[in-house]
Amino acid sequence: MQRIINDPDNVVDDAIKGYLRASPSLFVATDHPRVLKYPDSPSDKVGIVTGGGSGHEPAFLGYIGEGMCDAVAIGEIFSSPTADAFLEAFRAAPHEQGVACLYGNYAGDNMNVKMAKQMAEMEDIEVKTVIARDDVASAPATQRDKRRGVAGEVMMWKIGGAAAARGDSLDEVIRLAQKAVDACSSIGVGLSSCTIPANGKPNFSIEPGHMELGIGHHGEPGIEVAPLTSAEAIATAMCDPVLADQDFAGSEVAVLISGLGATPVMELNILYAHIAERLEDADIRVHRTDIGNYFTSLEMMGATLTLMKLDDELKPLLDAPARSLAITQC
Amino acid sequence: MQVLDATQGRDILEELVEVIVDNRQYLSDVDGAIGDGDHGINMAKGFRLCGESVAGQSLSLSKALGTLATTLMGSIGGSMGPLYGSLFMGMAKSVKDKNVLDAKDFGDMLADGREALEQISDAKVGDKCLLDTLVPAIERYRDAVEGGDDFPHALQALRNGAQDGRDSTLDLEAKIGRAARLGERSRGHLDAGAVSCCLLLTRLADSTERRLEKAAA
Repeated sequence: MQRIINDPDNVVDDAIKGYLRASPSLFVATDHPRVLKYPDSPSDKVGIVTGGGSGHEPAFLGYIGEGMCDAVAIGEIFSSPTADAFLEAFRAAPHEQGVACLYGNYAGDNMNVKMAKQMAEMEDIEVKTVIARDDVASAPATQRDKRRGVAGEVMMWKIGGAAAARGDSLDEVIRLAQKAVDACSSIGVGLSSCTIPANGKPNFSIEPGHMELGIGHHGEPGIEVAPLTSAEAIATAMCDPVLADQDFAGSEVAVLISGLGATPVMELNILYAHIAERLEDADIRVHRTDIGNYFTSLEMMGATLTLMKLDDELKPLLDAPARSLAITQC
Repeated sequence: MQVLDATQGRDILEELVEVIVDNRQYLSDVDGAIGDGDHGINMAKGFRLCGESVAGQSLSLSKALGTLATTLMGSIGGSMGPLYGSLFMGMAKSVKDKNVLDAKDFGDMLADGREALEQISDAKVGDKCLLDTLVPAIERYRDAVEGGDDFPHALQALRNGAQDGRDSTLDLEAKIGRAARLGERSRGHLDAGAVSCCLLLTRLADSTERRLEKAAA
């Protein structure tokens, strides 16, 4: 294992130290070692909290900042933060107008958020949740409640964060964040495995010369293992299930291509060229495209594609100003 | 009638810590086949922290289990923090005012732990999770006690139920947690939570049995 670490059991805490030193204008420590908050959130807006396991950087902490989330609960690698951490994040975010907790559909996160929400009620902090379920490979559209959340979460944070920043009520922030993630269909493709440092060996395996379509952010095996051929073939394999998931034809969309950690950004652009052609052929207009490492899985090779169907309500929120580690726009 | 001295909880807790820490790699390997391979890491981290925090202290069984519960809930997160945290908290509450446990009290303690766990999770037997170990173990134990078996024989029933329950997960299709996304492909592998639960229940039974023997001698 070729890694820049100290004690493999302490990688998360060691990384937090670096983030705090590197970006003091975005991150400030709280009473909980696994909770960071944005220092300049106005107290009279709805608080936006997120959280999840580590190893997905810049998610989740890279999405706190101006016009984005206000506090983040940080878990072990690929493992939900504790209920204590989510509770402290609710306290650390603005909470007089309530807190919107926007996170992804994983069993551990669901349980810990549920427990934290109950504890927050004891302190008169109102918490409502939106649970991202955008991964089309994890369950059919008829069982959307079983789908896991992947890079569509980025869109959910952006929309929810922008709505809260302009002064929307908790119910309105929740409605819009839900609408945002419902408008997203995502899929991942994995070309190689990843290694949790404390585990020391690859989490799963993908045979050389193969790719796994529909792979999860923690290496949850996908829907199909296929020979690895060309970027064009990968683009087709990814577009087919995404385009079949919602009626995108004739709509405007936002496209998010995220690397899974080890794929060069150049290759993400090679992939996108084919995806863009495919969207054009399907009569889908691209309003904006973001390509980079937005939601990763340690050093996994591969990429995710997220397509978000836009309307007049979502578009201005997506384009609203933001300043965070992962997304900054004016 | 044979009873377990419930005033020496730390010793029992330290045995539970030991079995999890010793099996750190094994549990992660089991998890790696169909999960994300961190079960052993996170469990060992939580149990080790708990062991360190109680070192040298004199604790009742209730206090020891309560400390384990709060440490797991506060330190390891994931699914296992809340699941095992609730289980051990329910057990701790069950034996709160007890200095000794007879065979029935011991069974009630396990049942109360199960009830607490089921309050935070919708998981059921057959989902391929730790309940597949816990539930048959508790049921076999209860049946043994109700059928007139003595404490050591009931503990043997607990171990047998736990091991059979663990093994039952081999052929199950996961319905919950990350492995659920695998569907059919989750068959043929044990569930890591069911394995760790079996290790814990087996060690709890061993530890209790040894104490009963010592008291009898």
